[in-house]
Amino acid sequence: MKPRSDVHPWQRLEFRDPEKVQALRATLHRLCRDLAEPISVMHVCGTHEQSIARFGLRSLLPRNLNVIMGPGCPVCVTDMPEVDEAVVLARQGITIATFGDMYRVPGSVQSLAEAKAAGADIRIVYSPWDALRLARTLDRDVVFFATGFETTAVATAAVILSDPPSNFSVLSAHKYIPPVMEIIAEMPDTRVQGFLAAGHAATITGWKIFERFVQRHQIPVVVGGFEPLDILAALVQLVELIRAGTPRVVNAYPRCVTPEGNLQAQRLLWEVFEPVGGTWRGIAHIPNGNLRIRDRYRMYDARYRYDIDLDELLREAPPRLIYECICGDIMAGIASPYDCRLFGKECTPQNPVGACMVSSEGTCKIWYEYGGHIIIDDRASSME
Amino acid sequence: MCLGVPGRVVEVNGLVALVDFWGTRRKVRLETVDQPVQPGDYVLVHVGFAIRRIPEEEVAETLAFYEQLIHMAEEADLMSADVRGEIDAADTGEQP
Repeated sequence: MKPRSDVHPWQRLEFRDPEKVQALRATLHRLCRDLAEPISVMHVCGTHEQSIARFGLRSLLPRNLNVIMGPGCPVCVTDMPEVDEAVVLARQGITIATFGDMYRVPGSVQSLAEAKAAGADIRIVYSPWDALRLARTLDRDVVFFATGFETTAVATAAVILSDPPSNFSVLSAHKYIPPVMEIIAEMPDTRVQGFLAAGHAATITGWKIFERFVQRHQIPVVVGGFEPLDILAALVQLVELIRAGTPRVVNAYPRCVTPEGNLQAQRLLWEVFEPVGGTWRGIAHIPNGNLRIRDRYRMYDARYRYDIDLDELLREAPPRLIYECICGDIMAGIASPYDCRLFGKECTPQNPVGACMVSSEGTCKIWYEYGGHIIIDDRASSME
Repeated sequence: MCLGVPGRVVEVNGLVALVDFWGTRRKVRLETVDQPVQPGDYVLVHVGFAIRRIPEEEVAETLAFYEQLIHMAEEADLMSADVRGEIDAADTGEQP
């Protein structure tokens, strides 16, 4: 399977097992050949989208199988007031440690990058543990602005349970994936018929957690890995379940996901956090979608320790409203980046308008880097 | 952000393991892994924490994909950069 010479440079990487890819592709085409209606399935993981876009997997799919990215980018769904809280703390002279992806996400008035340019102390960390070490070396207050789904929240929980110094606390913007799937399933415009669940989040939660969702919504869930072969194999299973009308949970990533998941990680997660309702940027209020630090650890909760007055920030400058950004519709699966007037023009990774263009897991940034639909193999089109 | 990267455990000292990622050695926290970890095991690591011990028979399959991304892709590639970011997330500090 030789890529064409004029393909996007990233796609020179060949599939590890081209024969298997071709076999899975042929199966998908056979399964979709006699469908009365097109099928739409959703994944909820930035890494899935990276792999799908990078390896040009959409170009291998039957035209009547639509694979869309849902709210799978934790940075993108972080609500603007959550960024504002971090900016307010930074402007009070507190050192903010956060992941690099979060640095340039616009707040109502400022991003953290802009706050830093105005004199605030913002540090980029790769791990929650780095934030803890930073607090141990500084004699000023350090707040870890924590973003990420349950996979990452587990690490934050472990840090909070490691007896941090008294100058350390956490501003939690952690989110919990299973509840948002419920909301997406109930959105009238989305019409998602199957979910591809993210393998590494399910490494923590286990796959049985999706059984109640399937029962309630009669929509199948397949847990999948990130390699092109993993994704194609999961799609085959998902289409088979949709065709047969037998919704259930299938684990297509057994090398990392077990029925019960990582019980030790779950123990840490729920010891420190409790699920509460909260707004996911651009999508909706998600009941139980946010992870809040429990009262027994509130000495490490920045929202308890500091007076965070957002009104004062908003009085200083009118919030910049991103009128034309359609990140919310993209994350709900209603629109694609190509539907956005700003995509690739006013909105680029160098000058992002919406959060989806900032994070390496945002749909817009991924499509900007890799393209959404690229034919990488002449046979891909001729076989359809 | 939900990406885990596999590495080989070289040394274990309490809750910290020295883990080798294709020649790059990093300290990884073990609070979050649910099985005992020994030198020679492979673990899946996310933001500096081990979240799974990979069963021996699955190791080769798991490694192959990441090897492709690390060795064959250009520096600026988005997905490879995230994989390298995960490796960098592990502690570069003093040895365990």
